[in-house]
Amino acid sequence: MNSPVPPEASLRAPSAETGRSEADEPHSPVVRFGPDRPLRLDAGVLLGDLQIAYQTYGTLNAARSNAVLVCHALTGDQHAANLNPVTGKPGWWETLVGPGLPIDTDRFFVICANVLGGCMGTTGPSSTNPATGRPYGLDMPLVTIRDMVNAQAMLLDHLGIEKLLCVAGGSMGGMQVLQWAASYPERVFSALAIATAARHSAQNIAFHEVGRQAIMADPDWHGGHYLAAGVNPQRGLAVARMAAHITYMSDQALHRKFGRKLQNRQMPTFGFDADFQVESYLRHQGEAFVQRFDANSYLYVTRAMDYFDLAADYDDVLANAFRGSKTRFCVVSFTSDWLFPTGGAREIVHALNASGASVSFAEVASDKGHDAFLLEEPELFAIARGFLDSAARAVGITPGRS
Amino acid sequence: MALREAIRAHEALPEGALDESRVRLQGGRTDLVVVAEMVAPSSRVLDVGSGDGALLELLATERGCDARGIELSREGVNAGVARGLAIIQGDADVDLAYYPDDAFDYVILSQTLQATRRPRWVLEQMLRIGRRAIVSFPNFGHWRSRFDLLLNGRMPVTENMPISWYETPNIHFCTIRDFVALAEVLDARIEKAVALDSSGNRVRVTMPWWVWNLLGEQAVFLLTRKT
Repeated sequence: MNSPVPPEASLRAPSAETGRSEADEPHSPVVRFGPDRPLRLDAGVLLGDLQIAYQTYGTLNAARSNAVLVCHALTGDQHAANLNPVTGKPGWWETLVGPGLPIDTDRFFVICANVLGGCMGTTGPSSTNPATGRPYGLDMPLVTIRDMVNAQAMLLDHLGIEKLLCVAGGSMGGMQVLQWAASYPERVFSALAIATAARHSAQNIAFHEVGRQAIMADPDWHGGHYLAAGVNPQRGLAVARMAAHITYMSDQALHRKFGRKLQNRQMPTFGFDADFQVESYLRHQGEAFVQRFDANSYLYVTRAMDYFDLAADYDDVLANAFRGSKTRFCVVSFTSDWLFPTGGAREIVHALNASGASVSFAEVASDKGHDAFLLEEPELFAIARGFLDSAARAVGITPGRS
Repeated sequence: MALREAIRAHEALPEGALDESRVRLQGGRTDLVVVAEMVAPSSRVLDVGSGDGALLELLATERGCDARGIELSREGVNAGVARGLAIIQGDADVDLAYYPDDAFDYVILSQTLQATRRPRWVLEQMLRIGRRAIVSFPNFGHWRSRFDLLLNGRMPVTENMPISWYETPNIHFCTIRDFVALAEVLDARIEKAVALDSSGNRVRVTMPWWVWNLLGEQAVFLLTRKT
């Protein structure tokens, strides 16, 4: 594991520069594939220069049977369980991944890679295009969830891992989990898909479009070539994040956290300042986000989610995606998640039942909304632990400490 | 009489008998032991209304089965999944429709029939999904139920049916004879049948059927499709 840079330094640096440096020379190990091993993208083009940035935790056993791939969500990155080098904050899944935790790094070799199209070291629109020496910008081909998974498979080949004990992820990470199970059933012993769906809904595509339009409406976006112009569409990206952030929380969670409480004042100002705490909170979320995320990456990765419809590749019958699968599945949803509601999880479960696959499905009672998969949810932890322990037992991995 | 022959068939096959005392210690109910005994080793089993997964665990550990469950209560599912069992949160009245034909060797409905909205539909689905169906249910024809109704004029509240009529999830009670009649309607063959008295002991085979319907507090049936 690389030691992270002091967060203060990178937070103070202009975000465009932060994006650039992390995009090409991340604080993570990288693997590079040249034109001799191109990645064929769903968009119909070959990506001849591919860099994948990843983190690993724990030790691969001699039998190479204890590898767990963790897939990150839309704005996540490879720093699942270490200090994030850009924000200086804990890894995004430190609740679930670590020594003695459900995804136990004392027992498992955990891999997490930045997705294709991302901005933390895996090839994406902010990476330098070797053909031009300038950032790709919109010259980067559109990518899909399947492209992301195919790139991860190349990384696993490079690491010498033939079979994964488990692929786990939430939200867009869960989409990758499902795609993994469909594309590489023989490489996936078990699959843990949390707060996700087998296709992006019209409502979710609509939310993403609002975010993309906010970015593209920012004059600093410069038709996607803002890095060359030395600017950053921060306002647009911040608005995109603010809108999206609302969808990650439940009405109850917002009410519990903020209610109608005013921000550092006794009375409304009768203006458009952030009178309400919830406004101040959202503004803060937007401002923090632009320090760590590339606007074009946001366009690309949201688009990849929009295009995700696993059944479409299997004659519109989702069960066909899992036909004959030996993979053990565990699907988890949250009661208050209205972005990826339980109905979508149930569709996955019904398809798995129809395909004859082994599946567990639990709906966890939580008022934390979609974000619940990233937060302290003891019931989720117990389920993830039980599922992984059972998989580990089945392949003969010694039990961990209780 | 087909029913009596089915009972004899079960009594004549004690070789698969499980250690009842051990199972009892595991928190098992006697009807679960009877159900588990009816399942051939290494079968594919779906337990509809699997509760916290006690029967699934029994079948997996004692019988080496590929055992999966459906359970309505979130708590039951989450506890079972946390123990590494393959259980889905779902509703038998809805979710059975999503399983393909002949997906399992056995589909089990233990102490759940009376809580389904459409018992007939559920049984039909079970016989479609599985080659065999095993059903255990409380017998409303038990003498105590009859006694409560006849003499007290009250709906029975017993150890196995402890909840008052206005709060019970059990909405479709039946007697052993009622169930036999339904099996006939569904054109299902009764392969085995067992009645358990209020102490959990088997009602003796030599007793006539009306004694079963009177003394059996619970019943366990193994059904197959005739066609």
